[in-house]
Amino acid sequence: MDAPAPGRWQMATVEQVRQETKRAKTFRLALSETSRHLAGQHYVVRLTAPDGYTASRSYSVASAPDESARCIEITVERLEDGEVSSYLHDVIVPGDRLEVRGPIGGWFVWRGDVPALLVGGGSGIVPLMSMLRLARRSGRSDLVRLVVSVRNQDELYYANELPGPETTVVYTREAPPSGGRAPGHLGEADLRQALLPEATAYVCGSSGFADHVTGLLARLAVLSERIRVERFGPTG
Amino acid sequence: MSFTRGFKGRGHAERDARLPPGQYDVGSDWPVLTAEATPNLATSSWTFAVEGLVRHPVTWTWDEIHALPPASYEGAIHCVTTWSKFGVRFGGVSVDTLLAQAEPLPSATHVVAHSHTGYTTNLPLEDVTGGKAWVVWDCDGRPLEVGHGGPARLLVPYLYFWKSAKWVAGLRLLDHDEPGFWEVNGYHDRGDPWLEQRYQGD
Repeated sequence: MDAPAPGRWQMATVEQVRQETKRAKTFRLALSETSRHLAGQHYVVRLTAPDGYTASRSYSVASAPDESARCIEITVERLEDGEVSSYLHDVIVPGDRLEVRGPIGGWFVWRGDVPALLVGGGSGIVPLMSMLRLARRSGRSDLVRLVVSVRNQDELYYANELPGPETTVVYTREAPPSGGRAPGHLGEADLRQALLPEATAYVCGSSGFADHVTGLLARLAVLSERIRVERFGPTG
Repeated sequence: MSFTRGFKGRGHAERDARLPPGQYDVGSDWPVLTAEATPNLATSSWTFAVEGLVRHPVTWTWDEIHALPPASYEGAIHCVTTWSKFGVRFGGVSVDTLLAQAEPLPSATHVVAHSHTGYTTNLPLEDVTGGKAWVVWDCDGRPLEVGHGGPARLLVPYLYFWKSAKWVAGLRLLDHDEPGFWEVNGYHDRGDPWLEQRYQGD
């Protein structure tokens, strides 16, 4: 179970920047020191000003573990008062270099071998996407069910890649015209249909979202030792 | 040191000297970061135990621990996710008071704090003695909220806040170091924010 210590600080080169939604961008980073991550782990990005001032924030890896371990993708939501996220959004272009460290975390990880229920709120989908991508690439989509809750279509990350028999999108405010489910908060029924026997639940989102989902899981008799939670604070 | 192109930092000219390296002041917010589901613990059945390498293992009920001499801490707390919060007032009991009743054996060098949820974190004994650690149930004059570890949590404010176990159930004294929940998951064994001991190897 133990996770190895994260690597040292290293310079990564930004290879690609993609607009994910109006407020989110995905950055593809080429690492100088390769280290294969586990689905669910994160990297720290550190910015250094000319006077030595630094600001660092943690960002979940969205890409699946990569055999070559050469690249990672992080998806960053632009927060209005976010010192790091606004810099990444407003300044960073391909070719830039960023100081990063990771991969970090050994708890909120899925190793691709047990049934998993992945529940994300908004940007909380990012580490879960790494897990879904791993499952699909290793031909084990039967092991995972992903439920993501967003306000509307505009806020859905990875919208083109997401659809599949193992994924459900819950719209809380405004559903697309073709959608079968009326807009509304994520409920017990949304999770029950996605709950595989013996599944470990991975819940990622705001603190309020995490509390709501763990409450629903308790009502569905999911044992607390089968629930792993990652909450987003103001990570700016 | 390599600089980041175009990054100047925001308003750090008057950077607060109370901020350890790499931390920022979160102001009046208090982010909730927990890896588990939030438990619902009744104070009527709550207990706190000191056991392991002690002369007298002791378990206190909610009423018994409240009957001990009160102690408080006012100051900063520092989370490894880079936020710090200043001027927080906690009320409870000093770990020194609890250990004085249990009487650690001379062989005890470390403690594992464990929670009612199963969470664990390890600390050198010297980091929880000498007025450096508390079991607290009040925050800013009100009962500690469950999201922040209520009814009671450990408070070791001089180390990163994951050492301040929420929903704390007890301390086990050992003659060796035994990495806890985050420590086996890549985080530092000691976690001194002033030395930026965030991850294993720092």
